[in-house]
Amino acid sequence: MSDVTIVRTSREEIEVYRFGPIISIVVPLLALVIQAFVPVRFRSFAVLDLPLLVTIFFAVTRRSQVAGLMTGAIIGLVQDALTHQAIGLYGIAKTVVGYGASSLGVKIDVENPGTRLLVTTGFYLVHQAVYFLVARNIAGLALEWLWGRTLVAALLNGVASIILFAILDRFKRGT
Amino acid sequence: MESFFSRYRNASLLVLVLVAQVVGLGTQVKKRNDTAGKSETGGTRLIRLWVVDAITPVEKFFVGGFHGIRNIGKNYFYLRGVRQENRELKAEVDRLRIERVRLSEDAAQAHRLQALLGFKEQFVSQTIAAQVIGTSGSDQSHVLYIDRGSSDGIKPDMAVITAAGVVGKVLRVFHSSSQVLLINDSSSGVGAILESSRLQGILQGTAAGEVTLKYVMSDEKVQPGEPVLTSGGDRIFPKGLPIGVVQAANPGSDLFLNIRVKPAANLSRLEEVLVVTSIAETDPRLQAAPGQQIRAADILAERLPSVPPKPAPAAPKSATAVPGGTASAGTAGAPATAETSTGAAASSGATTGGKPADSSAGKPAVVKPAVSKPAAADAQKAKPAAKPASAPPPATGEDVSR
Repeated sequence: MSDVTIVRTSREEIEVYRFGPIISIVVPLLALVIQAFVPVRFRSFAVLDLPLLVTIFFAVTRRSQVAGLMTGAIIGLVQDALTHQAIGLYGIAKTVVGYGASSLGVKIDVENPGTRLLVTTGFYLVHQAVYFLVARNIAGLALEWLWGRTLVAALLNGVASIILFAILDRFKRGT
Repeated sequence: MESFFSRYRNASLLVLVLVAQVVGLGTQVKKRNDTAGKSETGGTRLIRLWVVDAITPVEKFFVGGFHGIRNIGKNYFYLRGVRQENRELKAEVDRLRIERVRLSEDAAQAHRLQALLGFKEQFVSQTIAAQVIGTSGSDQSHVLYIDRGSSDGIKPDMAVITAAGVVGKVLRVFHSSSQVLLINDSSSGVGAILESSRLQGILQGTAAGEVTLKYVMSDEKVQPGEPVLTSGGDRIFPKGLPIGVVQAANPGSDLFLNIRVKPAANLSRLEEVLVVTSIAETDPRLQAAPGQQIRAADILAERLPSVPPKPAPAAPKSATAVPGGTASAGTAGAPATAETSTGAAASSGATTGGKPADSSAGKPAVVKPAVSKPAAADAQKAKPAAKPASAPPPATGEDVSR
């Protein structure tokens, strides 16, 4: 079990990273393609939400609330376009997560795996809660909140984030 | 005021983006309700079009590469076991030949009865094989993307099937791809009938991706393992296609049973599907055998009211109640041909018996099943309904079935 250390630091101590325009476009696009393609062969892969993980990663590393919420909104809206439901459900949920993750990234260091596991697990739950509320109350969808399934999915996404973030760390550029 | 917005610039932007999305979402929901989900507004349609056009070519590339790599391995292993497999297949062919003779007799009898009762048969007359290239990637939206679109003749509301059973229906069509709504999605609905008890209901998906049969009264007896077929009532799926089997039937909270159905098609592992592009509806009484023509007089006589014969004392009601049925019944003893088709289920089997035709070739593979040749066609030529007096008495169901 890795150590979980959430260190409170001042804003000046945390390094802000940038990504090239190609990485900023290709990585979310690839996440969306993999998310749509792999469940054709392995249905259970749909439990992971790669676009959400990418949203969280970009938000916490860029540490800009505006960039975080815009990244979340765009990725979410594109993800909505692939479903048969109204456009905006994932858009709203990922906008909230993008804003929240970047706000958290400003306050704490999210470089170590333990923190990443906790942060991603937490934001997955936030994402699902926002999606559920919006889908039921605005879109009128008949969804059921399944605690067991949601918690397992949150943990799996947390674990996946450790691997994915380690890969994406290679593309970071310090400012 | 200005200082407020500059101070809370990020939070204001968040609120603005959220409000814009909520308003957009609300507008879509309202328009969907107004048009009963039939149309989509220009803006959202455009977003979907761009996204699908950007994503599907990449998915097609991945699918092509995946199949290429898999086929290399598969071909090697196939060649290794081909002799043994050939021997087994020959034995299977012999067994199926015997079974075919028996089934053709049943089919011929079914045709005679259909002709007698004036049923219209539905045939899957044309299908297009398609490759599954993607999903929505979401557990909340059970849809698939296939590599055939409007350029291949695909239209919304076409049925999508496999050899095993029903998969779903085409929901949205793009230029070279289409979105298919699976039967296990909570927004889907299929008219269904239980094979042996003939109880009808509506098949719907649940939020958890399961399939349930609704609106079957709780005082009915439904046994697990009973096959569920399409009823044809939804005007999308032809009658008689296999949907699945009853997994469990429990009393629900209301007046209806809670019937869980296990889909016949493996919805979580679909690679190729068939899109039903044309459903033919034929009247078995008006079909001629190959090389035989139906005289116009016979057709006219068929449609004219006939004088009902005096019912025999022990005659069953069904045999005398059908106009024109007497002639058919009297002459239905024509020997059945072994090629007789048995409607939608048989036709779909014919189209999907093997793998969908040449789906990897890049061209839309149009599959046309064999044309139905009902045995009752002989009956039409022989004795039209206008001459009931000359027809043999339709007295018993036994006469009809022979």
